Amino acid sequence: MTQGHLSGQVSVVGAATAGIGWDTRNSVSEIMAEAANKALDDAGLRLAEVDGVFAVTPYYWMPSATLADQLGIQPKVTDSTNIGGASVVAHVGHAVRAIASGQCEVAVIAYASTQRSDGGKLVTGADVLPYERPYGALFPISGYAMVMQRHMHDFGTTREQLAKVTVAASRWAALNPEALKPEPLTVADVLASPLVSDPLRKLDICLVTNGAGAIVLTSTERAKKLRKPAVSVLGTGESHSHCYVTNMRSFTATAGVESGKAAYEMAGLGPEDMDFAQIYDAFTIMVLLGLEDLGFCKKGEGGGMIDAGIGPGSRLPVNTTGGGLRYCHPGMFGIFLLVEAVRQLRKECGKRQVETARCGLVHGFGGVLAGNATVILGVDT
Amino acid sequence: MAHTDCGHLEQILVSENIPPRPLPDTRNAGEKFWIAAAEGVLLVPKCTACSRTFWHPRPRCPHCGSTSVDWIKATGNGTVHTFTVVRQSGDPYFKTKLPYAVAMIELDEGVRIMSNIVDTPLEVLRIGMRVEVLFEAAPGGIAIPLFRAQSRGA
Repeated sequence: MTQGHLSGQVSVVGAATAGIGWDTRNSVSEIMAEAANKALDDAGLRLAEVDGVFAVTPYYWMPSATLADQLGIQPKVTDSTNIGGASVVAHVGHAVRAIASGQCEVAVIAYASTQRSDGGKLVTGADVLPYERPYGALFPISGYAMVMQRHMHDFGTTREQLAKVTVAASRWAALNPEALKPEPLTVADVLASPLVSDPLRKLDICLVTNGAGAIVLTSTERAKKLRKPAVSVLGTGESHSHCYVTNMRSFTATAGVESGKAAYEMAGLGPEDMDFAQIYDAFTIMVLLGLEDLGFCKKGEGGGMIDAGIGPGSRLPVNTTGGGLRYCHPGMFGIFLLVEAVRQLRKECGKRQVETARCGLVHGFGGVLAGNATVILGVDT
Repeated sequence: MAHTDCGHLEQILVSENIPPRPLPDTRNAGEKFWIAAAEGVLLVPKCTACSRTFWHPRPRCPHCGSTSVDWIKATGNGTVHTFTVVRQSGDPYFKTKLPYAVAMIELDEGVRIMSNIVDTPLEVLRIGMRVEVLFEAAPGGIAIPLFRAQSRGA
């Protein structure tokens, strides 16, 4: 059944981040709750009105219960769905359906991690397939490296093109006061950084930082009475094609094809209607695959699209914060894609503002391209 | 971990003086795969109901759901679908092996498995190159399938 009747029924009314940095002193549950409270303040809604709680983090076994416990609330709808970095993007689709059906009225979606303070390595609950365990593949780095290798082989994608994803991210980060790595980078810098898992180099990889983010959703009808412009959820889609690298059906295409198609169909829009894209960039190759699989260019032409430009001033601005590569990356980056999309559509982005922003796409990846979730957001103009 | 043969484990640790390779949990549908490897045989699961091979081993066929799952002896020959050379590792065993190759091998039987490519200069690794299986003995009466560049004429 088409999901078009749900398009625009629910809006994002609050968005906030908290605890982004290298040396956060507060706990994961505290910065997650702080982000939720700040997002509620942003919306002009009270904590007591929250009756839907959606959360994910590798730190707790029942993340939505941890968040509700910290906030001191008892929700009617609870969701800790974990498909890696795509989780909170998928939560948007779930929240839309919960609100549109009357199951809850005000939903909070949140994520937090302090993995920089906790050893500076990716904190993950990922398990290992017995048939992969003896072989020493770095999770998730070697998986992405093998995707890069195959894409370069099949389509002639170059190392320079992939390096340009980091360079574009550094140019965006320079415009973002919240970015932790605003220093400029060149293609030569990226290609001179150490190989980690060939052909993937250190500067193809995201930062490891602390941070939290949250958004608040309610019905669009109610959103119109709130103080900030309602950012409507026009389309949502989700999927996963595998869990383990061994079972990837393709090393050059993702289930973003399907999640994107579902989101476009629900919205009645296509890639040509998007004024920007926020595509999860834990590794440079993810941006290239997102551009292809979400229809911004044809399969195999992502390298050429990156050559044409995805940085400030480009036809399709991509990852306007500087992304996981240069802004911050506390693990599952999805929430920061959503917060930025909301800020862009409300024209709150200062120097990095996309002036034409009326409609934008968010795409989350989880694991090694396993989880996929797409959200299309828009504002009335 | 099914490390029942402790005497054997100790012998390997002493003789090689390096930490052991991480080993699979064999308490699952793939147990026979690891045991056959110790006899120099590469097994691939095949459904007798729909006649299709699959990977990884499961109690039921992921194509048709049948429980009629059997094994076939693979030729041990395959093609590199993609690969990476790992340059950094925090694992005690793999730290001693850097740099090493991890690859996805498309077996001639139509399934794609992860392995290491060994005994092959890293600079000759290519997508599409032909490889053949070899086995590394491991504690507990199992062996780990590895691959190397196929010898000429194989």
